[in-house]
Amino acid sequence: MDLLAEWARSLYETTGINLSYIYDPWDRARFLSGLWMTIYLSVVGVIFSLIIGAVGAWAQSSPLAPVRWLVNAFVTFFRNTPPLVQILFFYFGLSPLLPRVEDPDGMMQPLLSSVQWAIIALSLFAGAFNIEIFRSGIEAVPNSTKEAGEALGYTRLGVYRHIVLPLALRVCLPALNNNLVNLLKVTSLAYAIAVPELLYVCKQIWTDRQNVPEMMITLLVVYVLLVGVLVWGMHRWERALAIPGYGQGGVR
Amino acid sequence: MTPERDPPFRPMAVLLPLRPREPEPLPRVTTRHGLLFVTAVLLIATVAHAQAPDAPAAAPAAEALTQAPATALTVIIKWLPLLMKGFLFNILISVLAMALGTVAGLMLGLAQISQHRWLRQFAWVTTQFFRNAPWLVLLFFAMFMIPYQFTVFGYVIPFPDWVKAIIGFGLPVMANVAELLRGAIRSIPNGQWEAAESLAFSRNKTLWLIILPQCVKRMLPPWMNLYSLITMATVMANLVGVSEMLTLTAEVHAAEGGRPELLAPLYGFAMLCFFIYCWPIDRATQYLERRFHVKT
Amino acid sequence: MKAPIGAPAAAPWTPDQPIVSIRSVRKSFGALEVLKDVSFDVRKGEVVCIIGPSGSGKSTLIRCINALVPIDQGSILVENQEVNDPALDKLMLRRKVGMVFQQYNLFPHKTALQNVMMAPIQVLKQNKAEVEERARSLLAKVRLTGKENSYPGELSGGQQQRVAIARSLAMRPDIMLFDEVTAALDPETVKEVLVTIRELAEEGMTCILVTHEMKFAREIADHIYFTDRGVIVEHGPPEEFFANAKDERTRAFLGQIL
Repeated sequence: MDLLAEWARSLYETTGINLSYIYDPWDRARFLSGLWMTIYLSVVGVIFSLIIGAVGAWAQSSPLAPVRWLVNAFVTFFRNTPPLVQILFFYFGLSPLLPRVEDPDGMMQPLLSSVQWAIIALSLFAGAFNIEIFRSGIEAVPNSTKEAGEALGYTRLGVYRHIVLPLALRVCLPALNNNLVNLLKVTSLAYAIAVPELLYVCKQIWTDRQNVPEMMITLLVVYVLLVGVLVWGMHRWERALAIPGYGQGGVR
Repeated sequence: MTPERDPPFRPMAVLLPLRPREPEPLPRVTTRHGLLFVTAVLLIATVAHAQAPDAPAAAPAAEALTQAPATALTVIIKWLPLLMKGFLFNILISVLAMALGTVAGLMLGLAQISQHRWLRQFAWVTTQFFRNAPWLVLLFFAMFMIPYQFTVFGYVIPFPDWVKAIIGFGLPVMANVAELLRGAIRSIPNGQWEAAESLAFSRNKTLWLIILPQCVKRMLPPWMNLYSLITMATVMANLVGVSEMLTLTAEVHAAEGGRPELLAPLYGFAMLCFFIYCWPIDRATQYLERRFHVKT
Repeated sequence: MKAPIGAPAAAPWTPDQPIVSIRSVRKSFGALEVLKDVSFDVRKGEVVCIIGPSGSGKSTLIRCINALVPIDQGSILVENQEVNDPALDKLMLRRKVGMVFQQYNLFPHKTALQNVMMAPIQVLKQNKAEVEERARSLLAKVRLTGKENSYPGELSGGQQQRVAIARSLAMRPDIMLFDEVTAALDPETVKEVLVTIRELAEEGMTCILVTHEMKFAREIADHIYFTDRGVIVEHGPPEEFFANAKDERTRAFLGQIL
């Protein structure tokens, strides 16, 4: 670590390339906390959006028409409006309508912090896409396979759990993969409501240090690496779930 | 009876054919849902409306007018021309970014299937890089890395912020179009190349006369989807100081006394504008996708 | 092993009564009436073949017997229990009635052995070790020893269909329904499936088959029903039925097929 810091410092002195987040402890702490926040937003967003997707796709097959309309309206709305405005709408528009709570110091604080609002907005946005993705996966499971489960005595929920979901998951993994990558990229929008994620802290650093090009390149590289890790993980999962004898040349 | 003799790997009739990877699944919506959505927006507006008279402390200036303070609806109607002008600017940015990105992306995509190894690899790395970076970061990238003016042969070509924003949005479009083109070319069966070769077409002729025309149809729906996405992304220009619809929305909000309960309807209105613009594109994409899918 | 009767109201079934009793069944899909007043009985141990042109309602009829398709009118009794009863315990019914489909409908994400074991474990909550032992012997019975760990996609159609038969048998049904089980198979694999079915029939399993294999039907069936446009046109023991069909439609159909 010291060696790296030494190298970055000499790089700055000899070439003027200022990678302050390597040699400066304060910048490094900021940078790492921003990186951590981006990962945190992504992971929590992925989990919530998957839950929203599964529940929504299930509700979409509800026998109650109003439930289906509601889910469809939700999906259509979130797919066709800018995610940035969604975040702003939630944070600036809805947050003031909620009651305030007292924090331990006796100060009145908003019920939900900007980080929490970012998670809500991002999860809803990605969840709307996930609903569509899951639905198409579920639709790819033919009725005859469900019928076979029914003929063996499974209940409707049993068929869904043991037969439809495992199959649907495999069908929709590539599309899900794309959407989760997109979610990771969209976390940068949390910048707009001052969530200290990667872009936000990098901007702080380049404002202080006047090293815009270095930070820009760093940002791009870090995001490309993060996406790479996610894609690699999803591909491993895809391979682990692959069924022998099925889907050769089908998925890609 | 010797079951072992049976050739394995029969096509299974157990899963329906997979949907192709590129086109995103699209919702089944009818006009009824559009109406539902409009009702929801009106509902939000009414909530804000109902709350407005309860907040005199927040808007003493408005109270002094002896009337009820301006409701969300009247504010929006009052500022409608300005807001629509902002929205049109967003559309302008999206169209120009799309045009720029598509041209660059087609070149990049062709470079990816070039016969020069280094060109192919360079194009691949460029595509991956700009495809996997967040659009907002790319926008910042364009804003800060492009100088505000160029001097060519003594002529000074200014690069105002909004031009840089177009380039910033054009970058991800370029990478995505390149990827679409590559995917489309790969999806054309090898037999087409072989057939053309056997008819003595050169590689370039095959590409331009036989392969690419077939790609257009395959690329159109995802390309429209991309346009819809880039249109919705243009509001990010607000974050780098380009005065577009969101900037104007914030200004309108400030001009109306900065009452917090006005923000939800104002942002709701911005969403409505984009929804009205993007939803038909979404529907058309969906329609084309289904039509092409049946044919191919 | 006899499955207990689910509904207490029903009179206990005794082997001298029909095991399946179908009375005046009607079924429409929208404007299309696929079953018009169909009635017949099946006795325990009997093998019944239903034949007829496509679209004559054969598959619908067989699906009604295990309540995959609800009927509009009439009554279907399985071991004296009304199938067309909303309060019916479908699990009880489906334990008693096994079904094999034209398209096999194996679960592609499970191996052959897992396909056979799934329902007894997950639906009947039986002991896993016991189920596995039974599943292995069932796969051996349908001559698939060595294919236990293959996925459906790695098996031929005939092999998949035999796994599907074993899967149904794992529920220890009293009645087996076969819905054109050889229609999707290559000619050379049809035989192995038919042999399995014949062995089952010889063991005394009650079987109801919808089939296009006339030769097989003649060989195996105790009784043949010919349906056309939702009604049973003609029926009888195979020798009689094939030798001198009385109805014009039956003769026309047999003329085309044979």
